[in-house]
Amino acid sequence: MANSGLEVLGATIFVLLCVGMGLTLLALIRLMTKVVLKTEKHKEGKDAPYECGVPLLGDARTRFGVRFYLVALSFVLFDVETVFLIPYAVTFKQLGREGLYAVLIFVAILALGLFYELERGLLTWSDSESEDAPAPSEALPAAGHGH
Amino acid sequence: MLSLGLDASAVGWKLLPVLLVFGAVLAVVPLLVYLERKVCAWIQNRVGPNRVGLLGPDGLAQGVLGFSGGGKRILGGLLQPLADAIKLISKEDFIPAQADKFLFSLAPFFALLPPFLTFVVVPVGADLTFGGTTVPLIVADLGVGMLWVLSVSSLAAYGVQLGGWASNSKFSLLGGVRATAQMISYEITMGLVLLSVFMHYDSLSLREIVQAQATYFDPLLGRLAANGLGSWGVWHQPLAALLFVICAFAENNRLPFDMPECEAELVGGYHTEYSSMKFGMFFQGEYIAMLAMGAVISTLFFGGWHYPGYASVAAASPNLAALISLAVLGAKVMIFVLFQMWVRWTLPRFRYDQVMELGWKVLIPLALVNLVVTALVNL
Repeated sequence: MANSGLEVLGATIFVLLCVGMGLTLLALIRLMTKVVLKTEKHKEGKDAPYECGVPLLGDARTRFGVRFYLVALSFVLFDVETVFLIPYAVTFKQLGREGLYAVLIFVAILALGLFYELERGLLTWSDSESEDAPAPSEALPAAGHGH
Repeated sequence: MLSLGLDASAVGWKLLPVLLVFGAVLAVVPLLVYLERKVCAWIQNRVGPNRVGLLGPDGLAQGVLGFSGGGKRILGGLLQPLADAIKLISKEDFIPAQADKFLFSLAPFFALLPPFLTFVVVPVGADLTFGGTTVPLIVADLGVGMLWVLSVSSLAAYGVQLGGWASNSKFSLLGGVRATAQMISYEITMGLVLLSVFMHYDSLSLREIVQAQATYFDPLLGRLAANGLGSWGVWHQPLAALLFVICAFAENNRLPFDMPECEAELVGGYHTEYSSMKFGMFFQGEYIAMLAMGAVISTLFFGGWHYPGYASVAAASPNLAALISLAVLGAKVMIFVLFQMWVRWTLPRFRYDQVMELGWKVLIPLALVNLVVTALVNL
């Protein structure tokens, strides 16, 4: 790294180019609709979000599965773990065996946490995973054979 | 500017790799769109786009000049991406009622930007030399290169999450939430994998990582220079390479991990409500992400721009060697892009719970084991 200022400058120019391109595209899209095409007409049915063509059933800003939150929380935990491991990865040769043992304990505690989370049902996505759920063929009503 | 201690000519030469990388990515993306449709057609035994070409009936030459080229279609369909772009840009930019207008417009921007930014730290070729000035073909040789890759690729989750939430559509919301959960789950593995790769090379700079893999079989010398192709990262970190490729698929939301937009369940997923070029931006973002992942995979595990015989060519003509190195990296990236397409049109989709189980129960433990083993081996 001869000149870190130059590298940062290069990165900055590149980022600005990309941002500029993205914003230009967005501006162009609005311009086309508003000025060139003038196709923007508002009607109740047209403005509604897509729901297979039937009348909307309530708002989309509704509750969704709590498991997504659990995954997000676990992600924060493990991402912080990755961040904690970066300093070790930078210095692991200097730290030697002692550092390795420390990291092994750290990783072991986290692995234990992961195991506990999984045991408590972090990834149990549906109730039908239990063994007494009916097989799909049994659950289906008898289809009409004689039409 | 002056306080940074930069001289004008150095800044001027820096523009060369910046514009080269930016232009190359922009130029290749439409070709990838065409290629994906052709590859898909070959795999499914169809013809694919074959009309909007240059020569032949229905071609541009006939439309503009009245020249039919003897009735044979040559490279038919090559202009399909152009036709697609014209179609997309001339569609109405639809924003659903009750959508968050600002976030709705911001989301495609965030889908397009992060994969582009990955290229900042990827060395695309050997150094060019112009009259004593050495121009490294890399946008920015940052000392924290690999952390840049990690942080930029995690930004991509914002695009899908914002798009899914802002649309005020149930399909979009479900697609966005699924995508976010999937991407953050696989990001942990990706971070751990990058850490072990970093420990192996003892450097975070992608430029130094390529140089570390720079030993090869030299056909002109007729012997191995250092330890041959064996210096490719994939031989030293095979598990890391495998995990990284899997995570790349998951991060790009490509099949078999295309939960966020699985058509059969969620219509279009997070971009159900998007039309016009805003949809096009999501679409482009996906192809740039494929390119970016191909570039990172080939740089970390497959020698980057290096090729057998580089030293001999460089001794004769450094600039020629640099140009070949550009082509070599391009070829390696294309191989991985084609691999991603091949997988997409071959494998069926996972179920969502299978995706999450693979991520948390298999990949994260494997990545942790890989990290510890790397530490043990390199200590």
